[in-house]
Amino acid sequence: MERKENIIEVKNVSMKFNLMEEKVDTIKDYVLKIIKGQMLYNEFSALTDVSFQVKKGDILGIIGFNGAGKSTMLKILAGVLKPTAGEVVVRGSVAPLIEVGAGFDPELTARENIFLNGAILGYRREFLKEHFQEIIDFAELNQFVDVPVKNFSSGMYARLGFSIATIVQPDILIVDEVLSVGDYRFQEKCEERIKTMILRGTTVLLVSHDLSLVKNICNRVVFLQQGKLKDYGDTDIICKHYEEECNVVR
Amino acid sequence: MIKELYQFRNLINELVKRDIKKKYRRSVLGYLWSMLNPLLMMLITAMVFSHLFRFDIPNYPLYLLTGQIIFTFYSEATNFAMGSILENGGLIKKVYVPKYLFPLSRVISSGVNVCFTLPAMVTIMLFTGAEFHFKLLFCVIPLLLLMLFSLGIGLLLAAFAVYFRDIFHLYGVLLTVLNYATPIFYPTKIIPLEYQGIVLYNPLTYFLQAFRDIVYGNVFPSGEQLFVCTCLAFGSLLVGGYAFSKKQNNFVLYV
Repeated sequence: MERKENIIEVKNVSMKFNLMEEKVDTIKDYVLKIIKGQMLYNEFSALTDVSFQVKKGDILGIIGFNGAGKSTMLKILAGVLKPTAGEVVVRGSVAPLIEVGAGFDPELTARENIFLNGAILGYRREFLKEHFQEIIDFAELNQFVDVPVKNFSSGMYARLGFSIATIVQPDILIVDEVLSVGDYRFQEKCEERIKTMILRGTTVLLVSHDLSLVKNICNRVVFLQQGKLKDYGDTDIICKHYEEECNVVR
Repeated sequence: MIKELYQFRNLINELVKRDIKKKYRRSVLGYLWSMLNPLLMMLITAMVFSHLFRFDIPNYPLYLLTGQIIFTFYSEATNFAMGSILENGGLIKKVYVPKYLFPLSRVISSGVNVCFTLPAMVTIMLFTGAEFHFKLLFCVIPLLLLMLFSLGIGLLLAAFAVYFRDIFHLYGVLLTVLNYATPIFYPTKIIPLEYQGIVLYNPLTYFLQAFRDIVYGNVFPSGEQLFVCTCLAFGSLLVGGYAFSKKQNNFVLYV
């Protein structure tokens, strides 16, 4: 085990949010609140002192109840959020599948969005041109290449997004319940593609409530509870703990 | 930083393309509007002012157009840059992208737009029989400096607009003030001495003067003028860049 290098290291990460109700939108509010001494920050700790490592080639499942901090953790790993405290080291390229198609511009056509979204994910234009047909084929959108994306159904949206995001072989793939979109057949296709990536050595981080999926593909599991690392280890043991915990709650 | 810019050059390219495409999507004349718009605006203003108020300015259309090009460039670039972070909030929340790319690409789009208006300027020069000289090529220098200046201001505005939406309204008013405080349609000398300060403390005046000296006056701007413009440009970049980098980590929480 130890000879594999750590591709991700999470060291004592904490994340605090100021809750939205205390959000100040205008200067007037701001000044008033300062004068009244009301700048109480209603702080909410989404994550508290979480540490774990992921080795190259690991398939890591992140499980936990709602509000446990799973998505926050993924966003920190994807570099979208900066942790309030602690440090995250990520060695390699990351392909985030957090709400695929987030970077689409509804006014632009599928073709234009492939280039825009691809650029956001850091691909070169020539590369995208080369793989253009492949992306369209996988998303099964041949007929709709020049239709503005605003006219797409949510399934088409997700298919296109997934297709663009997975066109390369990233070192790390972050999956946040995207597999729940699209019809059954397309879900299978996605799983197929993710499995091929795994075979080729991609490290996968997966957030899911679907325990059987986690048991199926993950070899390591992080169990978060109320922002704290409850358990970390091999899938069987952690899943058992999780199930026991579920029963307690019930 | 430079490395990062190079790495994301494709994204900047795509963002600029998107802005331009979207601007003229489904309009019949498309890019021609970039030329027509300033021309028509200039014509109307010229008509109003050459009949109502008589400023003693030779070749008033060109005088006016140079002013309008500079001011429109500045106001468009800063205005769009200001909203760029909020507009792309959805994206910032989901994928890591260096955030300054959004204001930057907006300012570049406005720069591209200015390039489209230059033919309009040349048309007016031909039409009014203005003198052509190789010096004309140097008019890109004040334009480039103004672009850097706008980028600095844009970064500053964008950073604060995320926290205080009031900035949008406030800045609209400020732009109107600037419009009158910059000698766009009047000659500097009609301002009474005690108010000259308003024009002199307005940074846009310097960019406009440098640009106008080349295009309209057919002379090189003085070294002093260019020096002031350069200082303003880099000063604003420094301040804007600093404010932006201080604030950017928390954008995600507020967009």
